[in-house]
Amino acid sequence: MDLDYTQQQRAFRVEAREWLEANVPAQALQSMDTEQGFAAHREWETKLNEGGWAMVSWPVEYGGRGVDLIEWLIFEEEYYRAGAPGRVNQNGIFLLGPTLMEFGSDEQKARFLPPMAAGIDVWAQGWSEPNAGSDMAAIRTTAFRDGDHYVVNGQKTWCSRAVWADWIFCIFRTDPDSERHRGLSFMLVPLDAEGVQVRAIEQLDGETGFAEVFFDNVRVPVDQLLGEEGGGWKVAMSTAGFERGLMLRSPARYQATARKLVALLRDNPEAAQRDPTLGDRVIRGWMQAEAYALQTYRTASRIIGGGSIGAESSLNKIFWSEMDLAMHETAMALLGPRAELLPTARAAGDVGDWLDGFQFALAGPIYAGTNEIQRNIAAERLLGLPRG
Amino acid sequence: MDFHFNEEQLMFRDSVRALLERDCTAAVLRELWAGESGRSDGLWRGLAELGLTGLLLAEEHGGLGMAEVDLVLALEESGRACLPEPLVETVLAAAPLLETLAAGGGSAASVAGKWLPRVAAGEARLALEHPANPCVADAHVAELLLLLAGDGSLHAVERAHVELTRQPCNDAARRLFTVDWKPGDDSLLANAAGAMRLLDAAFDRAAFGCAAQQLGIGQKLIDLAVDYAGQREQFGRAIGSFQAVKHHLATAQVAVEFARPVVYRAACSLATGHADAGLHVSQAKAMADEAALLAARTSLQVHGGIGYTWEVDLHAWMKRAWALEMTWGGSAWHRGRLADAVLADVDNNPREGQLQLQGVN
Repeated sequence: MDLDYTQQQRAFRVEAREWLEANVPAQALQSMDTEQGFAAHREWETKLNEGGWAMVSWPVEYGGRGVDLIEWLIFEEEYYRAGAPGRVNQNGIFLLGPTLMEFGSDEQKARFLPPMAAGIDVWAQGWSEPNAGSDMAAIRTTAFRDGDHYVVNGQKTWCSRAVWADWIFCIFRTDPDSERHRGLSFMLVPLDAEGVQVRAIEQLDGETGFAEVFFDNVRVPVDQLLGEEGGGWKVAMSTAGFERGLMLRSPARYQATARKLVALLRDNPEAAQRDPTLGDRVIRGWMQAEAYALQTYRTASRIIGGGSIGAESSLNKIFWSEMDLAMHETAMALLGPRAELLPTARAAGDVGDWLDGFQFALAGPIYAGTNEIQRNIAAERLLGLPRG
Repeated sequence: MDFHFNEEQLMFRDSVRALLERDCTAAVLRELWAGESGRSDGLWRGLAELGLTGLLLAEEHGGLGMAEVDLVLALEESGRACLPEPLVETVLAAAPLLETLAAGGGSAASVAGKWLPRVAAGEARLALEHPANPCVADAHVAELLLLLAGDGSLHAVERAHVELTRQPCNDAARRLFTVDWKPGDDSLLANAAGAMRLLDAAFDRAAFGCAAQQLGIGQKLIDLAVDYAGQREQFGRAIGSFQAVKHHLATAQVAVEFARPVVYRAACSLATGHADAGLHVSQAKAMADEAALLAARTSLQVHGGIGYTWEVDLHAWMKRAWALEMTWGGSAWHRGRLADAVLADVDNNPREGQLQLQGVN
């Protein structure tokens, strides 16, 4: 065990820091869940790609730098340290990208990965259906084979980023007689295809971060099938592993929240005096963020050593989502009566974007498979408890 | 940056586990509780033969010259086995303290020269008095006691020269004492100023040791509950198939799993003399304590009424978790130490992403 960074890792950190310092927009971008904000974020993705920083852990041929996961974590730390914009293409680069590396043909990788890295193709996620949320095996949207196409009919919902994105990755039922997780297939569909209709859903915060997507005889070429026909569950579980585990929620994000929370406590001593438990809640959040970082480095070490991340990703998902919510709840308590004010309110003072973050954190225990489902997975697959 | 344990460390863990599974069973534990000393010379010697008791000591003292990071997995195993022997007190707290002192020569060097090889060989155990603890643990089996005089100076006293009064406690395996003794010039090891520094370092090592043991204790408490929940039937099926039971156990597993890398980082920081080692230990102790307490509470709830009996082994681990939580600084104390440091860092400037590992600044 050696928890020091190598010379190469330090040099990489310096290089990332210098580029970010020179290029991160001075003014925060508008929310990516607005039309203008989305466009501005796409521009930022393009700029990142031009600098060679779009997805550092990808192979060079697909727009990456071929660095290992430890260096990816270092890059993420520098990214959050620099206050760089959120990644509008996170569904693509963090979820579909690694899945393509694992299951895609060479042709598919060459076709989809470089435009993803460049911000040319921004991806939406199409997992859930009105009657299949965390229970993905209940999916009913159908895709039947017709020559060299599949014909898709049905509806997806809670599709993150679908309002302005270019492509969506979905799982459809290709065997109509199949049940549960058999007979599902993973497909890549352009959102401007004929027969696709996107209807925005307003979130709790009034923005349109997700949408319903309707498929009416949409023709999807067979070369946009990822993995084998009927093998979609396996592909989807791999993507879900990235979502719950390592990629989507890098530790730097929570460490940044923890630092902000410490600063908020320091700036609001009267709140902490009124309720002495607040100081302890802040330090618990800080410790958890650090524990999550250490655990992630540990997992990265294991993967680099040839190991894999399995059902442990469910423990991860429970941990980061509950940590994030707890930190935001603590921030709301520290802000007290001002916590309901939007940052645009004249009386808002230093409320910052805590309210926004709090409402986003509330979704954490719901998306990527509810925490109830994650607890079932952990209990059955890690602890070996009997199925209900 | 690499979080892997090496082959030797993993093999050492396996050896310790095999020995404890053979010689430290629940039946053995119950036998030891009933005995006067509560300790087993054979078990202690067995651990010594594996190198555990002298692991941190230099070769000149009969040790292996290794570090906390080589020890942490074995400590976890000792928690998993609910080992009653004074590993933390002897191997982590007292012996390295004596060795540090010996480096300065003088009387400490002769004390160390006499006693440390015996510790390494499994022929002697040590006890250490520390202001963080109200009693001295395992003073009755310690051939040599390191004690604090009223003026804060540190002394080495053989057991024949002290009078012990046992202080009853909750964990049937623990043996706690108050010690009556008289300091003399011939017993003096370090004056008050020198002792404080040594005691601080011993405190960090011991707190780390407890944290590592809590990982093993917490996991064992979960494992006991998982076994029971897989067998015990109610309403016509195993209670482990009920979602409410599953969720309790998964929650406890999350706590144990995320305390683990924090404890391993503390081991590494102690081993390399990291500037923030004490803070890393505090994080480890606070998180491992809480994980073990949650596992204890959960395991009891899953066991139901049977878990509230003396007959079922659960309480051995549960009471150990409670005891260690209060020893060498409670989790609240450790959170407080960390909070002071984090809040005092005016810029709240992360030294490399708060991992506080050596990066570039």
